[in-house]
Amino acid sequence: MSGVSVTKDAQDAAPAADDLVVLSNVNKHFGALHVLQDIDLSIARGEVVVVIGPSGSGKSTLCRTINRLETIDSGTITVDGKELPSEGRELARLRADVGMVFQSFNLFAHKTVLQNVMLGQLKVRKTDSAAALEKAKSLLDRVGVGSQADKYPAQLSGGQQQRVAIARALAMDPKVMLFDEPTSALDPEMINEVLEVMQQLAREGMTMVVVTHEMGFARSAANRVVFMADGKIVEEAAPEQFFSNPRSDRAKDFLSKILHH
Amino acid sequence: MFDFLDSGQYDVLGAFWVTVQLTLYSAVGSLIWGLMLAGMRVSPVPLMRAFGTSYVNIVRNTPLTLLVLGCSLGLDQTLGISLAGGTSKEIGFRLAILGLIAYTGTFVCEALRSGINTVPVGQAEAARALGLSFFQVLTLIVLPQAFRAVIAPLANVLIALTKNTTVAATIGVAEAALLMKEMLENESDALFAVFAGFAFGFVLLTLPTGLLLGWVAKRVAVKR
Repeated sequence: MSGVSVTKDAQDAAPAADDLVVLSNVNKHFGALHVLQDIDLSIARGEVVVVIGPSGSGKSTLCRTINRLETIDSGTITVDGKELPSEGRELARLRADVGMVFQSFNLFAHKTVLQNVMLGQLKVRKTDSAAALEKAKSLLDRVGVGSQADKYPAQLSGGQQQRVAIARALAMDPKVMLFDEPTSALDPEMINEVLEVMQQLAREGMTMVVVTHEMGFARSAANRVVFMADGKIVEEAAPEQFFSNPRSDRAKDFLSKILHH
Repeated sequence: MFDFLDSGQYDVLGAFWVTVQLTLYSAVGSLIWGLMLAGMRVSPVPLMRAFGTSYVNIVRNTPLTLLVLGCSLGLDQTLGISLAGGTSKEIGFRLAILGLIAYTGTFVCEALRSGINTVPVGQAEAARALGLSFFQVLTLIVLPQAFRAVIAPLANVLIALTKNTTVAATIGVAEAALLMKEMLENESDALFAVFAGFAFGFVLLTLPTGLLLGWVAKRVAVKR
């Protein structure tokens, strides 16, 4: 009898083995506001998950809990099978494996573009400086800002800064990349240059969680769309299905507001 | 008018040299101590924050004369802590520096802390997201930017420190103010000349400090 139940458990656990990021029953409050309500979400290795939803729905907060820039009140988050440590060296080690790209770029203002991309390698990964330099240069070339390497962030356009930020995160060889509204602070003509870099990353098989308002990107690059509203995951579906035939009224309402004008 | 200077009785340059030494040693010491205090005040450890906050609030509100006298009377003459001994002159010099560092460090700390507040929170978040430790975030990302923002206020602190070294006269350190007192007693007919001379000497020390650091502040400002 017990043998049977063990087999069953093993089968249940089988799909979880390929899940890189697992949030289960996550709750968070900002004062009286219940921003994350019983969130369950699994992200498989190599999967691109796009999180969309109206402002204040908790999608940015969700993204930031995955590397614990936001703490959670209850529930568990595991990355690559390990539960998020609460603080200290263990947490730092985990963060090094989780790349993050911010809405406001957050490049280190007192360091050059090249130094920005080298810093994590030198100080966290302890790579020797020749190797770090080479890698930084090739990453900057890859995102198309190789010629700006010696400039300071303030001398670059928003689109260029965001691509440097992506290169900075990639330099750590992350297991998963988190994008927190990466194009929301950009002028319209610069959005595409950033999205192209992200598309390319998605094609190369990077595991990505992308919070965005770019529906075009969600359609073309996502494996799955997660729709959030009022702190809950309202709907999860393949992009094709979500955009053409949303099930929930909340999603229908949201889509009608953003797609037809 | 300045005939008494020719007598060789007064070593004005030597006295000002002591002032300069007091200033330099105290400046370096307060910078280090102020940095440590600022680190404590922003640290995630409640005990360190509590220590930093209470130290700063107690010491910066205590008169400097009291601190320097306390170092001399309390530490040296009562407890016998003379910081490596030596002649009473050397002990006085070192204890004056200790008092000045204890005091000036609090102002350096508060200047730095206001500088830390000018660094956008995203800078530290990005650094944490890369996997840097608290200490690395502070020393590699936050403090270098905070420093550049507070060079002008730190120049103020340094100018105040230069003039505060005169308090060392109360424990007999042979710096400019002590010599001035002696000259005022002996050369009372040249009272205003002596005053003006020493005032000019201090302006000569502090004016370039302000100008130089003002220039540096502009040069190294972080562009956002």
